[in-house]
Amino acid sequence: MKTLPALTALTLLAAAAAYADEKPVALKDAPGRDAVEANCAACHSLDYVRTNSPFMDRKTWEAEVGKMINVFGAPISAADAKTIAEYLVKNYGMGG
Amino acid sequence: MLDRRRVLQGMSGSLALLPALAKAAQPAFLTSGLPGGEYDTAVLEALPGKKPLIRLAYRPPNYETPVSYFNTPVTPNDAFFVRYHLSDIPERIDAQTWKLSVGGDGAATPVQFTLADLQKNFAPVEIAAVCQCSGNRRGLSDPHVPGVQWGLGAMGNAVWKGARLKEVLAKAGLRKEALEIVVNGADGPAVDKTPDFIKSIPVWKALEDNTIIAYEMNGQPLPHFNGFPARLVVPGWTATYWMKHLITVDAWTKPFDGFWVKSAYRIPVGKFPVIQHFQTQVTDVNEPITEMVVNSVIASPAEGHKVRRGEPVDVRGVAWDAGYGIKRVEYSTDGGKLWREAALGKDLGRFAFRPWSFRFASSSPGTFKIMVRASNAVGQTQAESLIFNPAGYHNNVIRPLTVTVA
Repeated sequence: MKTLPALTALTLLAAAAAYADEKPVALKDAPGRDAVEANCAACHSLDYVRTNSPFMDRKTWEAEVGKMINVFGAPISAADAKTIAEYLVKNYGMGG
Repeated sequence: MLDRRRVLQGMSGSLALLPALAKAAQPAFLTSGLPGGEYDTAVLEALPGKKPLIRLAYRPPNYETPVSYFNTPVTPNDAFFVRYHLSDIPERIDAQTWKLSVGGDGAATPVQFTLADLQKNFAPVEIAAVCQCSGNRRGLSDPHVPGVQWGLGAMGNAVWKGARLKEVLAKAGLRKEALEIVVNGADGPAVDKTPDFIKSIPVWKALEDNTIIAYEMNGQPLPHFNGFPARLVVPGWTATYWMKHLITVDAWTKPFDGFWVKSAYRIPVGKFPVIQHFQTQVTDVNEPITEMVVNSVIASPAEGHKVRRGEPVDVRGVAWDAGYGIKRVEYSTDGGKLWREAALGKDLGRFAFRPWSFRFASSSPGTFKIMVRASNAVGQTQAESLIFNPAGYHNNVIRPLTVTVA
């Protein structure tokens, strides 16, 4: 496993009120993973991504990212939102 | 028990991370039919004060009760499922300084109560009731839908003790114009713009004798992760209304307009056999989820259980509904052709899990599809096929379990 993303996640966790011994949740190493870790993990652990796979198509993953921004107020830039959706579609979507 | 599609899904989720470890089988604590990614991710893990539960998410914490706990009708506090929406949850609440504020524009005399006030100034009420997440079994939706991918165990039954909400509201001078009772807990979002988890119930539901503010669960204070020191208990309705770490109760004279009632936790109008509706929140297309639908679960044996010819298997589990009362539990061992009645166990009350059991044995070998179907006192029974809805609610499809006789 890579250690760099793990450290990023740990830093985020230190800021959030974490319970038990939350360990970094490993996501597939692919372009866009840094954006997912830097944005999504601020509000929730990344096991949500893994357990919600691999059944979502592009439209559904894009809707999920949009919901996090528009409904839940996640402060994610438009550029990052695109990177995140692309990463999720390719790595945690239907048929890659 | 492994079906090929799921094995392939599981592999596609894990190969990139663990090239050397091909997933051989689903973990025994997970049921079949969940998204492939869940089999690679969920583990058994104990939160502080809890037994090992199925961890679906660290933060906010979502932990499911393993199905073996449904061999008995009362779910132990330390095995009771844990569900939070937002990740800023209090690490500890001091029972000495905790206060419940009761007010709103529908209350003439706003008032605060300490935990001791709730315990001493109101007649204690005890009720056994099922607390089931609206999304229990979401992970079994076909097709799958986004959300926490619950299997069978986002539920439990406990004996709750507390003060009647209607008596608490009376002390705050509930006005006859009050329409909804709005409740909030001490947990909150990680970022300010996320809508806080706030819910409302119709005033008529709040005034029912069985709706209580519970400070005890199975004779003990509530576990922290189940809402210490007090939570709302709305027997018959899904757990979304059972606000944990309750801190405010407000009577509103107009419909509550928050996200978690207006937009979330909604079911399509007219699709489910529901008798009680949240009238002030119904739109042309959808309405808030309210009552639980009649359902049952097989707690033992485990899926894929193997026995020898003639060897008896005790099949056990629980059934429940919205409080109309379980009337009958039937079972089939031939895939649904012939149905017989299972024996019903102790009746802990109409809102509680009702245990049932039967014994199965076969003198000839084969694979037997065990099915169980619960019906209630108002003629409702479990669905034969999924009533699909986008949030994966109300899944009470009859769920076969395979036993092999060799």
